Amino acid sequence: MRHATQEYFSLHPTIALWVVVGLLGYAVLPWYGMDDNIFTLRWLFDGYPFDDDVAPALFLNLQGQKLWLAPIGLLLLGSFLLWGRRKADPAFGPILIALGAFGFGYLLLQGFAIGLKGWNWEVATALFGDLDDRQFGMGWGALLVAGAFLFLFTIGCAARGAVGGDEFVAGSIGFVIAVVGIFIFMPILQMLASAFVTQDGGYSAGTFASKLFSNRLWGISCLLGGPRCGAAWNSLLLAILVGVVTTALGLVFALVVTRTGFRYGALLRALTVLPIITPPFVIGLAIILLFGLSGAITQGLDAALGIAPSRWIYGFPGLFIAQALAFTPIAFLVMIGVVEGISPSMEEAAQTLRASRWQTFRTVTLPLMRPGLANAFLLGFIESMADFGNPLVLGGNFEVLSTEIFFAIVGAQYDQAQAAILALVLLGFTLGAFYAQRFWLGRKSYTTVSGKGDAGVHPHLPVPLRNTVYTIAALWTLFTLLIYVTIFYGSFVKLWGVDFSLTFDHYVKSFAVGWNDFGIHWRGAAWSSFWTTMQIALISAPLTAAIGLLTAYLLVRQSFAGKEAFEFGTMLSFAIPGTVIGVSYVVAFNVPPIELTGTGIILVLSFIFRNMPVGVRAGVASMSQIDRSLDESSLTLGANSWQTFRRIILPLLKPAILAALVYSFVRAMTAISAIIFLVSAQYDMSTSYIVGRVENNEYGIAIAYSAVLIFVMLAVIGIMQLLVGSRRIGRRGIEGDLSQSRTNVSQATVRPQTAISGGG
Amino acid sequence: MAEIKSNAASVEFRNVTKVYGKSTVPAVKGVSLFIQAGKLVTLLGPSGCGKTTTLRMIAGLELATRGQILIGGSDVTRLPATDRDVSMVFQSYALFPHMTVRENVEYGLKFSSFNKRDAGGKAQAGLDLVGLSGFGDRLPSQLSGGQQQRVAVARALVLEPQVLLFDEPLSNLDAKLRRHVREEIREIQQKLALTVVYVTHDQEEALAVSDRIIVMNNAVIVQDGTPRDLYDQPANAFVADFIGEANILPCEVVAVEGDVANVQLGPVSLRIPARTHAPGSARLAVRPNRVQVTSPESENTLLGTLDKVTYVGSHLELVVRTPLGSLFAVTPDVDLAVEAGQAVGLGFAGRGPVLLSE
Repeated sequence: MRHATQEYFSLHPTIALWVVVGLLGYAVLPWYGMDDNIFTLRWLFDGYPFDDDVAPALFLNLQGQKLWLAPIGLLLLGSFLLWGRRKADPAFGPILIALGAFGFGYLLLQGFAIGLKGWNWEVATALFGDLDDRQFGMGWGALLVAGAFLFLFTIGCAARGAVGGDEFVAGSIGFVIAVVGIFIFMPILQMLASAFVTQDGGYSAGTFASKLFSNRLWGISCLLGGPRCGAAWNSLLLAILVGVVTTALGLVFALVVTRTGFRYGALLRALTVLPIITPPFVIGLAIILLFGLSGAITQGLDAALGIAPSRWIYGFPGLFIAQALAFTPIAFLVMIGVVEGISPSMEEAAQTLRASRWQTFRTVTLPLMRPGLANAFLLGFIESMADFGNPLVLGGNFEVLSTEIFFAIVGAQYDQAQAAILALVLLGFTLGAFYAQRFWLGRKSYTTVSGKGDAGVHPHLPVPLRNTVYTIAALWTLFTLLIYVTIFYGSFVKLWGVDFSLTFDHYVKSFAVGWNDFGIHWRGAAWSSFWTTMQIALISAPLTAAIGLLTAYLLVRQSFAGKEAFEFGTMLSFAIPGTVIGVSYVVAFNVPPIELTGTGIILVLSFIFRNMPVGVRAGVASMSQIDRSLDESSLTLGANSWQTFRRIILPLLKPAILAALVYSFVRAMTAISAIIFLVSAQYDMSTSYIVGRVENNEYGIAIAYSAVLIFVMLAVIGIMQLLVGSRRIGRRGIEGDLSQSRTNVSQATVRPQTAISGGG
Repeated sequence: MAEIKSNAASVEFRNVTKVYGKSTVPAVKGVSLFIQAGKLVTLLGPSGCGKTTTLRMIAGLELATRGQILIGGSDVTRLPATDRDVSMVFQSYALFPHMTVRENVEYGLKFSSFNKRDAGGKAQAGLDLVGLSGFGDRLPSQLSGGQQQRVAVARALVLEPQVLLFDEPLSNLDAKLRRHVREEIREIQQKLALTVVYVTHDQEEALAVSDRIIVMNNAVIVQDGTPRDLYDQPANAFVADFIGEANILPCEVVAVEGDVANVQLGPVSLRIPARTHAPGSARLAVRPNRVQVTSPESENTLLGTLDKVTYVGSHLELVVRTPLGSLFAVTPDVDLAVEAGQAVGLGFAGRGPVLLSE
């Protein structure tokens, strides 16, 4: 019966569920984090439930320890105030909201207030006196309790009528806000705070200011003949130039595909996959192999023309070439959408008004592309700013922000405040660009795209222009091919520049497999990091896709107060460079209440929140194509919003799910900037292993490993396509003439709005 | 064999207002209405008049900002769509493209208290009812527009809702099919005695299918009555003009005797129903087919000159210039020997002109 109003002579079932979860966390599971993985269940035999390390909060309290946790149990029991109350009861919502908010708040408060050395805050010591106790990072028990309080709170909000009284939607919003708050905003804020910390542990605004405005960052002595300019200026100059060049090249490719009658456009589109599956520093490596001191081209020129080899490529020129090559496909992806989006009828109208082809291009086509051009520029700008891999291998003495941050943390100086300040400057640049892109251009760019009903054809470019774009595109393509051939070939060369004989040594050394008594023995040096990477990437990909699509659903399908801020918050990590995330995670999660450094979890988390915007974008793009009446019809047929999400939206979103899965997987495999701060001996990742080999000048192994990664990613993309793509809406088009048929889903090919390369 | 029954219930709005988001202009303003169980009532009006919002408030897809909504006598104002016993046929049909026809029809049954077999039987009965018995295993994309439309109807019907809602269900069909489908909908509605609320902006469709029509304009109800009431007795110029075509003319109410008014329309004297009018100036509406074109010498006629004569096959359309303004008239007498420029007299039968309240 759909119109039943049940009397609850017990707890409302959803509330009962969360109370049980909460009590489980409080009274059964270990409250604090453990060294072991909880699923090994070894803790059950380690003195559970009385030993301090594995005891649940309840048992700690009963033994008179950590008494500040006791109120949490009382608050959970407070839920029984709701016994017998129905949802329509006016006290129902307020009680839940009070319990949930107070419980969640108290949990965080005690976590931050009491740390490894007792009170963390002097205020607390002054108020309550010294505390002869301490606590470690929160574990599963605390996690469950936090979840219980959070969802009790959202159920309360729903009962008060928030988001139409929908518990699922209210819970989802609460969940996304909580995790984004904890894993994006909190680390950034803590990093901000740590920027004020001096070397001796005090806080000083003066030191902060002197570091922020130091010459190392903002010096302009190179203009006056000095040796070097500040890292901030270097980054800015490089980013602007890379933005301009990639935009121009992207436009050239977009024109080739759409306006010249070029027949192999599909091949060019395939090129856009390259930067996605290529670890960011690989292009830099190849450039060293070609133009470095012992590079093939350098030595060839030396032999043929007697030009002495030099180190000119290290620094600005090399970085510029590498980034221009790496990020052009991204600009292409943006530009092709814009160029195709321009309604052909506008150009046809111009032609019927007696404009020549060239005049049409200049007066109609180009102005309409302006927002797209700016968009592509800003993306190139952000990518270049955030790029870490190329500066690391190619930078030389040309200091840029992203690598300076790294050296401030791992170098001899170990200056966390300095790293935080550099990260803030970098964040300022990228957020500025992000802000400009969203609020200045993001909306404009859609206005040039008119709806359906355009049956026209794009006019071709004037012939001289066409030949120019062909030439440029051909040169770029050849150069890119050369890069990839170099990588492939280089992985078989014994010692590049010295001994060009071919060998399998690098592969054998990294990926040898043998057999011993226990079965397969992964003998190669690279296997350990390879399997870790696969494992972490495979765990984080579905989680990223799930949270991204859930967020997209909330953004596209639900309206609630503060939605714009919510959208901004969830898309923000898009503009946060990986190095900044890395530094902020190190700062935030090194100490209780959330102590994660050195674990695999922190790697997974950093991938989820770095890549979440990709999932959101893919979800938003394809969800906007699913007619809202499908949801509404499901709702009027008696399904609730969770059932609608699961049965209607998810099945129709398969292409978006695939895209989100592939992107987050691949980005997890290629990322370097964030994780280089977060890897540990136990959890080393492929990319950081490769960078390590480069630093030891073991180019052969680095290149061989990179080539393997590229092939693995191609294979994984293929497999995922098979798994998800095989259950399409299907059987459509078999029945001959279906011109009459209509559905509410436009079948868009999976083309994420803006692919983000591994630049971060 | 399972069959589809009716749980028809009434719908009542008590002073309902809907304001979207931060907008200051209400989409629906102080609407009160009562729809009897088992009747087909049409909400009719130009786009943006609030009729779809009204329908979506019955469905629970929008919640009223103020006022009260009752279905079958119980208050559902705060209930969301999921919990209301109402189903809806959408303009776009909203068939789930990844499910077969049968899965579509069974979809809602899954969330009701039906077991799998009953649901199957119910779904089959629904498909039989709309004449798509053999189509259960097809995908929606393999059906024609008219068939998809019928699947959408079956999907809504099998839940045996208290109220069935139609949101412009025919607007995606071609003209011939439209007539056919609307007759089918009316037939099923009468056979099962369903309460149906139907939204359209097509006045002909509304006249053809409805027991009652509620005309809306600018977020309020302007008139509520049977199709004949609305056509013959429009309350005001908007209704007169929106439903069918009408000539709106200024006139003078000379005297009122009981229910009958003596009205002076230019040189023409008329005795027509007074409809609460007092003596004074007023406006009246005349349907084009109620204007009689005669010779200028006839008595009690309005003199005019023929401006335009258009032959459209089944009838003649005439535009006549008169001292009261241009009049539009139609006559089924296609052999009438008239031509542009000719002087004519216009006569008005006693039942033709209707006084309008302003």
